[in-house]
Amino acid sequence: MNDLKNTENRQPTTDNCVLTQEASGICSQSSVLPAVLLQKIEEAITHYPVSKRSAALPLLHLWQNHFGFIDESGVEWIAAKLELNPIAILEIVTFYPWFRQNAPGKTIIRVCRTLSCAMAGAYELHDAFCKATGIDPEHPHEQGMPTSPDGKFSVEFVECLASCGSAPVCLVNKDLLECVAPAEVAAIVEERR
Amino acid sequence: MTSLLHEPHAKERRLIFANISKPGYKPDIETYLAHGGYAEAKKAFTMKPEEIVQEVKASNLRGRGGAAFPTGAKWGFIRHDDGKPHYLCVNGDESEPGTFKDRFILHQDPHQLIEGIIITCFALNIRLAYIYVRCEFTYAKEILERALKEASERGFLGKNIFGSGFDLEVYVHEGAGAYICGEETSLLESLEGKRPYPRIKPPYFPAVLGLYMSPTIVNNVETICHVKHILRLGAAEYAAMGTSGDGGTRTFCVSGDVVRPGFYELPVGAVTMGELIFDLCGGLRPGRTLKAIIPGGSSSKILRAGEVYKIKSKAADGSMIEKEVKLLDLVLDAASVAAAGSMVGSAAVIVMDDSRNMVWALNNLNQFYAHESCGQCTPCREGTLWMSKLSTRMLSGKGEASDPTMLHTIADNIAGRTICAFGEAASWPTQSFIDKFPEEFEAML
Repeated sequence: MNDLKNTENRQPTTDNCVLTQEASGICSQSSVLPAVLLQKIEEAITHYPVSKRSAALPLLHLWQNHFGFIDESGVEWIAAKLELNPIAILEIVTFYPWFRQNAPGKTIIRVCRTLSCAMAGAYELHDAFCKATGIDPEHPHEQGMPTSPDGKFSVEFVECLASCGSAPVCLVNKDLLECVAPAEVAAIVEERR
Repeated sequence: MTSLLHEPHAKERRLIFANISKPGYKPDIETYLAHGGYAEAKKAFTMKPEEIVQEVKASNLRGRGGAAFPTGAKWGFIRHDDGKPHYLCVNGDESEPGTFKDRFILHQDPHQLIEGIIITCFALNIRLAYIYVRCEFTYAKEILERALKEASERGFLGKNIFGSGFDLEVYVHEGAGAYICGEETSLLESLEGKRPYPRIKPPYFPAVLGLYMSPTIVNNVETICHVKHILRLGAAEYAAMGTSGDGGTRTFCVSGDVVRPGFYELPVGAVTMGELIFDLCGGLRPGRTLKAIIPGGSSSKILRAGEVYKIKSKAADGSMIEKEVKLLDLVLDAASVAAAGSMVGSAAVIVMDDSRNMVWALNNLNQFYAHESCGQCTPCREGTLWMSKLSTRMLSGKGEASDPTMLHTIADNIAGRTICAFGEAASWPTQSFIDKFPEEFEAML
């Protein structure tokens, strides 16, 4: 496991890396922690002067933003950092839909599925994104994020993105696209291919 | 962002959205100060904390997140001098389908929220506050942290605010895509770094035992923003805008089958459902007729076009009279919508026209609740999935004659049997859709 091949676009340069686990080599995320990430982690912990454990979510966000997903070494590293058992971190990773344990595509497209967006065509929009990226729309949710064979795109349905007045909406990586028509999908995908 | 604020209607009164709607209004502190920002925070420090609490009580402000609990009463649970640390958690996890007001406040007017936080914390002797935002608001943390930094640089946050000797730190905490974290005790568990299972009640209020087992106030983003306007206008004027016991303005988020979806900030009780949909939102699309309205977020019970409600009110001589009120004449305040058998909730109105299939709509919501159940209580964890599977089966044409009854029975066995209100929230759509539109469920068989 812990194959980083699919995340080559996200893999940090090793110049500033601090090797924390000599033995585990290049395949685990915690062995390639750049100084800038470590600094952000230390800063985040200071936001919780009463209980370090509260920093679990922010640390997981920082980790996933950097590596693209959270591997076993990440769970263990964060747990050790916050003086917790690894299960205390793993149970959070598996609870929240936002966190992933596998590499996603380079561009993640999240289509809002809930009522107001559905009424405005969210199902058609989701289908159009799947078709344009070559993803099986019936991909079982339990098997991780549906990703295109070339590793460039992940497309998933998410629940209400709180932008119901401009339905249908989707998040393309960090950007919210509003009132999206299926006809715009091809251009959105090609721009990021 | 797509503009969802239209030319203000004569009945609108914009407090929260007063500045956001101005052209060129930016989320930075210079813009905010140029629009009179932080004047009320400064004023607050000339008052006694208990005076501020009293003002909020007298304003009749109710929580804007959905439960409509009187904010002043919630604040009243905090004892200023109990020797314990107090915390404020601002609930910006806005996830109730149909609701999108907090998104705009957080992104476009973060200083309004920060000013409200400063006043609230001073009033309740709180030195540490967290703003809990959902991470799907991908830029909100950045925007808020920049605004917090700007406020700190001006001496509005940090040590010795406005030279008063009062210290306050505010941090942003991001969620990770779970609807349940909008439930206040779930939010606290999430903030403590645990699996966000809602806490067993009692104690009923985090104000008694909250974050880190200390007295904690959890208020919605819009609620906290209102505090500043209460100080600006005075409690009497603020309260007078609304109805008795429900003061100020509310931001209605309208989505679905209307010509002009968007926000409409209205004095509480100022308009009827019909005025909101037909005058403010421009009515339905050409050739369409109204079928149903979800009045207060997806969890509120659906109302059917043409329904007539018997609503009790006080006559001039003080006696109670019962009036028949049509759906479109229903006044949009908490009491009236409750009397019609639903709730004004998060004031998220989802409008459906005659092109909509109610089994399809319910199935969409059932899938939402099945996905978002946290799994702590068995009736909800199993029941929401069963409901979702049943409505999916009916929709696919493979339903059995007993399905509508079974679906309703499952909902009846979730509501009231769970630790948090998610059980009711997940059951009410199924119960009300089947009760109000039985013929559509029968037609699917």
